[in-house]
Amino acid sequence: MIRVEHLSKRYGNRYALDDVSFEIEKGEIVGLLGANGAGKSTTMNILTGYLSATEGEVYVDGVNVLDEPMAAKRKIGYLPEQPPLYFDMTVREYLDFVYELKGCEFPREAHLGEIMNVVKITDVRDRLIGHLSKGYRQRVGIASALVGDPPLLIFDEPTVGLDPKQIIEVRNLLRTLGKKHTVVLSTHILSEVQAVCERIVVIKEGRIVACERTEDITRRLETEARFCVKIAGASAGEIKEALRAIRDVSHVEQIGGRDGESYPFSVETKGGADIRRAVFQMCVSRGWVLYGLERRGLALEDVFVRLMDSNPDAPLQSEKKKR
Amino acid sequence: MLAIYKREMKAYFITPLGYVFLGVFLLVSGAVFCFSTLYEMTSDLTEYFATMLFCFVILLPLLTMKLFTEEKRARTEQLLLTSPVSVFSVVFAKFLAAYTMFAGATVFSGLYFIFLSFFGNVRIGLLFGNLLAILLIGMAFIAVGVFVSAVTESQLSSAILTIGILLGFMVVSSLSDYLPAEWLRFTVSALSVFYRYQNFSHGIFDIAALVYYLSITALFLALTVRSVDRRRWR
Repeated sequence: MIRVEHLSKRYGNRYALDDVSFEIEKGEIVGLLGANGAGKSTTMNILTGYLSATEGEVYVDGVNVLDEPMAAKRKIGYLPEQPPLYFDMTVREYLDFVYELKGCEFPREAHLGEIMNVVKITDVRDRLIGHLSKGYRQRVGIASALVGDPPLLIFDEPTVGLDPKQIIEVRNLLRTLGKKHTVVLSTHILSEVQAVCERIVVIKEGRIVACERTEDITRRLETEARFCVKIAGASAGEIKEALRAIRDVSHVEQIGGRDGESYPFSVETKGGADIRRAVFQMCVSRGWVLYGLERRGLALEDVFVRLMDSNPDAPLQSEKKKR
Repeated sequence: MLAIYKREMKAYFITPLGYVFLGVFLLVSGAVFCFSTLYEMTSDLTEYFATMLFCFVILLPLLTMKLFTEEKRARTEQLLLTSPVSVFSVVFAKFLAAYTMFAGATVFSGLYFIFLSFFGNVRIGLLFGNLLAILLIGMAFIAVGVFVSAVTESQLSSAILTIGILLGFMVVSSLSDYLPAEWLRFTVSALSVFYRYQNFSHGIFDIAALVYYLSITALFLALTVRSVDRRRWR
């Protein structure tokens, strides 16, 4: 559905996107994940033909966005970060305008009526958009993307600024839409990706650092384990060294400062190995005091942080380099 | 394109802007009309149109100042540019909407002369020559305004800059008398909107002037398309 080849976008001499390539299949729900300023919106703006690319090609359903923008734009429904709404129009007037703008040929009443039902804005159809709450505005924005029934839907941070109930509603809506359309959404909220998306593309500083199925990432999380360790009796550096020396330990990090006499660490292990016995014995043999020792699951947050982390010995990144 | 045109026209009348423009236009033109013909006890229209031309410098930016600046502020520009419509049709629809407002008001103010004809001898040729000239000059001015609104970020700066440029167009002819070289004088006055207008105001249909106003319009609309497009290439 989408094929992005060696896409670069340069502002002056700063690369907002640097040689990005990925492919999205028909019918997939894909999450574009990245910290603020990583290049998510830039990517989406190029996909939709709003921005030009410095280099590279983008194909939507086989049509080159840069060469045939008209044909490509007809296939895309886009909700930008800030919904492009005219506050001085009513919901119905606005959707009518979008309908005409896109030159749709469906029976208008039925088409717009169905869209308003799907996103649940039928009851505010005659109210001014400027008077609506943020959640409703977001839904009107989603509705405008749906006008013309494009096969590809692109949503830039669709749940930002909504309350928890609205977030759940929008996510359910996205899942429903994903049954019929290809959906690309950007977010920096991980649980959202986990809840909605089948595949994740992680962008960091204009580069793609990971592009995997959500299940694969989740499965990998299960093969790793993390422990929270609190030890007193030596300096933080000394304890860190000792922990690193334990077998199967892949990553040690001090989490927070000195807590009373002890220092807290987060320890990750390969293959889900349990190191609690080894930690205890190490403390006994060195005469240190063990204040806490607890096993914690690795969350998607950790993968995310590690992907975002430029620390070269972070396990996921070194793994990627080997590949 | 029709959709954008319709929306712009509607926008003039759901915001006070359209009413303010029409109100001020009719007030000013009515007053100018009174002072230049009724008060002077003459049916000569030349002064009325020449004065109105200067009023356009202030009035027309009212119509164009929000065309692109508002789209940028509300980010609705993103909707227009990601929809299957060409940049040219966006620009042209907006231009056309502003021009409809202007032409409507101008033609409406033509009613004055029907009333005037009851009391004096209005020269029809002169009237239509002037009306045509003013409709053409307004077209060029609006194209300038559309361009400025595409390159500025706020309505206020758009209006002020447009007024400045239009004023420049108007005064450049009187400036040309002070220039030292003949060829400079010729070039400057050839570019002057006011100079071109004079033949029309005498009732002469001047093809060169027609071409001149149409080229100014086309030039600024083309520049607008380029500048909107250029934002994509930042």
